[in-house]
Amino acid sequence: MKLARDTWLIFQRQAQLLLRNPVWVFVGVFQPVMYLLLFAPLLKPALNAPTQAAAYKIFVPGLLVLLAIFGGLFQGFGLIAELRAGVIERSRVTPVSRLALLLGRSLRDVVSLIAQAVIITLLALLFDLRVFIGYLLLAYLMLALIALMTSAVSYGVALKVKSEDALAPLMNTVAQPVLLLSGILLPLTFAPGWLQGVARWNPFSWAVDGTRALFGGDLGNDKVWQGLAIITVLAVAGVVWAARQFARSVR
Amino acid sequence: MIETRGLRKSFRSRAGRETKTVDAVRGVNLDVAEGEIFGFLGPNGAGKTTTLRMLATLIEPDGGQATVAGADLRKDPAGVRRRIGYVPQGGSTWDESTAREELVLQARLYGISKADAQRRATRALDAFQLTEYADRKCKTYSGGQRRRVEIALGIIHEPKIVFLDEPTTGLDPQSRAHMWDEIRRLRTEGMTVFITTHYLDEADALCDRIAIMDHGEVVAEGTPAELKREISGEVVIVGLDAATTPHAAQLLDTEAYVTKLETADEGGLRLYVDDGAVAIPQVLRRLDHAGVELRSIELHRPSLDDVFLTKTGRSLRES
Ligand SMILES: Nc1ncnc2c1ncn2[C@@H]1O[C@H](COP(=O)(O)OP(=O)(O)OP(=O)(O)O)[C@@H](O)[C@H]1O
Ligand SMILES: [Mg+2]
Repeated sequence: MKLARDTWLIFQRQAQLLLRNPVWVFVGVFQPVMYLLLFAPLLKPALNAPTQAAAYKIFVPGLLVLLAIFGGLFQGFGLIAELRAGVIERSRVTPVSRLALLLGRSLRDVVSLIAQAVIITLLALLFDLRVFIGYLLLAYLMLALIALMTSAVSYGVALKVKSEDALAPLMNTVAQPVLLLSGILLPLTFAPGWLQGVARWNPFSWAVDGTRALFGGDLGNDKVWQGLAIITVLAVAGVVWAARQFARSVR
Repeated sequence: MIETRGLRKSFRSRAGRETKTVDAVRGVNLDVAEGEIFGFLGPNGAGKTTTLRMLATLIEPDGGQATVAGADLRKDPAGVRRRIGYVPQGGSTWDESTAREELVLQARLYGISKADAQRRATRALDAFQLTEYADRKCKTYSGGQRRRVEIALGIIHEPKIVFLDEPTTGLDPQSRAHMWDEIRRLRTEGMTVFITTHYLDEADALCDRIAIMDHGEVVAEGTPAELKREISGEVVIVGLDAATTPHAAQLLDTEAYVTKLETADEGGLRLYVDDGAVAIPQVLRRLDHAGVELRSIELHRPSLDDVFLTKTGRSLRES
C-alpha cells in the first residue's frame, strides 16, 4: 500500500517533469519515425521479403526492442543530474520506500516507451503492417519488461559511478554487443553458426525472437514464453539490485 | 534530543594507484538539548557534514552510537527519519520544479495527505516570504530565495529536529540576518535546530551552544560565553609613548587585578585581566595620578577564534 502510494508520487513527479520538456517528447517520437521512414524501405530487398508488410513484421519488432533497450539504458544520466542537485539525498532522508524511488522512475520510462511503441505501431499500420491486438499487447508486455530492466540497471549503475563521464562509455560498451548479438536490425538467420551460438547467450536475442513471433502471429512458438520468462527474471533481478543502490548510495 | 557516543566514520578514497583512508569523524560525543540552536563550528574538512549525514541516516557510521529524537540511529533509522528534517549543504531543489511543487511532494513523501500537503506548502511559502515566487521554476530564484525554499523543504513535516548544513554560506549580510531570524523562529516553534557553520560571528550570535570541531574531533563544547570565559579572560591594551612605557609598566605590574603584563608589539602595554570593565577605570586613575600621558586604551574581549586558537594552535580564519 505504502509502496504503491510512494511509487505513484515519484511516477507523477517524473512524468510531469518529462511532459514539461516538449523537446524530449519530440525527440522520442522523431527518432523512431526516422527509422521507419528512412531505414525500413531498404529492408524488403535486403531481407528478400515477399511484400513490404512482411518486411515490417520483421523490422518493427526489432526496432521496438531496440528502443526499449536504449531508452532504458540512458535514463541514468537524468539521475546523475538529480544526484548532483541533491534531490536524491532529499528523498533519502524521508521515510519514502527505496523501492518506490526506483520504481516510480522506471515506470515513467516504461510508460513513455510504450507511448513511443504505440505511435510507431500506428504508423506501421499505414504501411500495411497487421497484427492481432492480443498478440500486440503481449509484445508490449515484453517491451515493458525490457525497459523496466534496462532503466533499473541504468539507475543502479548511475548511483554507483555517480558521473556522466563514467556512465556514457559504460553504457555504450554494454549496449553495442547486446545490439549486435541480438539480431535486432537484421535477423540472425543469416548469421554464421558461431555467431548464432554466441547470440544464444544474449537474453535480448530471445526477447527479439519472441517479439517477432508475436508480430508474426505465431503464439505457439516456444520463443514467446521463453523470451518473456527470461526477461521477467532479469527485470526482477535488475529492480531488486537497483533498489538496493537507492537504499545505500553515498552522496 | 541528540546524544552521540564515539561516532566514527572513515572514507577510503583512491588517488591514482594507492588507496588512502580519511578519518573524517573520529569519535564524536555530543549532547544536544531539546529546543536549542546547537552550532557545529569548524574549518573546511573538519567532518561537520559527515557527522550530520550520519545523524540523518544517509551514511552508516563505522562505529559508535547515537540516539536522535528518542530513536536509535542504528536499530531504528526509519524512526529517526520520521522525526528529523535535513537541509544539505549543496542544495536540494530541482531546477525545473517550482517551490510549491517541491514542498507538496516533500510533504507527501512523509505520508501527508494531498490536501494537507497543499495547505502546509501554502503556509510555508508564506512563512518564508516566498509566496511571490511560489509558482516560478527554482532555476529562476536568487541564492537566498533558493536557500529559503530548501529550509522550508526541511521542515515541511514539522520535525522535532532540523539539521541545517551551512544555511547561510554564500548569502549577503542582509539575507544572512534574515536567515538568522528564520532559524530563531524555528526555535520558538519548539524545534531543535542543529546547524553547521564556519562563521565565527554566526556561531556566536545565533547559537545557544556550540561544539568546535577540528580534524574529525570535538575540541570544545559549551555556550559561546562559557567557551570564551574559559580562556585567559580579557586584555586591556594601553597605548603609550616609548619613553613612558617602562615607567607605566612598573606602576601597573604591582596592581592586583593585572594577572600578566606584556609590552605590546605595536608599542604600549598589554594587560591580562579578568574583567576589563573593572580594570580600565583603575588603570586610568593610576596613570593619571602618576602623570603618565596615555595615547589610547582599548579592550579586547576573547572571540571564538581565540578559543579555536588555544584549542588547536591555529586560527580559524587562517585554516
Ligand atoms: N564520500 C566521501 N569520500 C571520501 N572522502 C570524503 C567523503 N565525504 C567526505 N570526505 C572527507 O572527509 C573529510 C570531512 O569532510 P566533511 O564534508 O564532513 O567536512 P566539513 O566539515 O563538512 O567541511 P566543509 O566546511 O568544507 O563543508 C574531508 O577530508 C573530506 O574530504
Ligand atoms: Mg560540510
